[in-house]
Amino acid sequence: MFDISPTEWTAIQLSLRVATVATLVATPLGIALAWLLARRDFWGKPVVDAAIHLPLVLPPVVTGYLLLLTFGRRGLVGAWLADHLGIVFAFRWTGAALACGIMAFPLLVRPIRLSIEAVDRRLEQAAGTLGAAPWRVFLTVTLPLALPGVLAGMVLGFAKAIGEFGATITFVSNIPGETQTISSAIYSLIQTPDGDTAALRLVVVSIVIAMAALIASEWFARRALRRLHGN
Amino acid sequence: MLRVDVSRQLGEFSLQASFASEGRVTGLFGASGSGKTSLINMIAGLLRPDRGAIAIDGETLDDTAERVHVPMHRRRIGYVFQDARLFPHLDVRQNLDYGRRMNRLADDPAQRARVTDLLDIGHLLDRRPGQLSGGERQRVALGRALLAQPRLLLLDEPLGSLDEERKVEILPYLVRLRDEAGVPMVYVSHDADEMRQLATSIVMLGRGRVTAFGGTEVLPTTP
Repeated sequence: MFDISPTEWTAIQLSLRVATVATLVATPLGIALAWLLARRDFWGKPVVDAAIHLPLVLPPVVTGYLLLLTFGRRGLVGAWLADHLGIVFAFRWTGAALACGIMAFPLLVRPIRLSIEAVDRRLEQAAGTLGAAPWRVFLTVTLPLALPGVLAGMVLGFAKAIGEFGATITFVSNIPGETQTISSAIYSLIQTPDGDTAALRLVVVSIVIAMAALIASEWFARRALRRLHGN
Repeated sequence: MLRVDVSRQLGEFSLQASFASEGRVTGLFGASGSGKTSLINMIAGLLRPDRGAIAIDGETLDDTAERVHVPMHRRRIGYVFQDARLFPHLDVRQNLDYGRRMNRLADDPAQRARVTDLLDIGHLLDRRPGQLSGGERQRVALGRALLAQPRLLLLDEPLGSLDEERKVEILPYLVRLRDEAGVPMVYVSHDADEMRQLATSIVMLGRGRVTAFGGTEVLPTTP
């Protein structure tokens, strides 16, 4: 039962890589957008807010198809990126990371936004009177105080990214060794005769990864909270 | 020399104040709602005047006619808030050092020692703000503002959130600050006794207007 095959290992490693890259790339973007949404009023803010949340409510297959149209080899952005920068998303693991990052984005942004909104603006004012320029106020006061939310967002985003299926398989298909993540490997296995045991193994693996992520985030959140309450 | 001549509409409330003060401690005295905090927020740059000008020692900080508005972080004006506003994620030492880092000033252990001695906070350096009493918090906030080396220090009812006993504990530190720190201060309070002990000149505010200006003799006598 616990004899994990090389194909399964590849799927596990790929899933971890895809989810990690998606989370790490999405986090700085997510922090910037969360700050904009929490602290600034600008024209079109409701549209930006809705666009971020779109992957949450659209059928994943729609998001995947839109990605294929945009970032595919002949897609508007995809063709340009391939010709000018040599970056190809279609049917590559990077495409899986892109799909997972976009699907995870709303879940990543929301806790960060809430925790930035919860930071006492009077502390930011105090930092300003002590000579801190706005960007340094952000780095030395706002961001450290919002850290629990940032970690929560990262864990949620990671969990979503590692479980993503619909958009990924639509955009980059299900190629073993390149785009076959745990989810798509399970999907293939349960459609194969005698694939049940292998599928179950991967199910156990995904439960373990999810549990580890949740426990780690809880631990970080507790540490961060202790810091914030100033004792 | 601090020159203020500003007006600002805040909802139903209109603030229109003009004064110039050379005193070591300018007391802004008035009942709550008289516009004291709005006025020092304008001096600090937290609030912009609708019209008017603010200058310190001849340097213009605000002038609506000339479209000048120096952002708060470039004013070098310290601000001690009623609620201290220490950074909860930093210990006392880091709170004290914050202004020096942000202003990119050279480390000055002598100055730091002078300020921590003046305020008796040397034994608190490793604590977090959450572990301080109200009076200690306020002393650390004073030290933090001073160590940023401001050219003017604004104090908004720094004793306002403390009980009588604590007020008596902090007041001598404020007197020492006035006599030894060499930084001009604007002190906001509605307490005439506090004013008499600290201020060298008084700006009296009532309903958003300056109603009197002069020495401590303009303060109302409490029976």
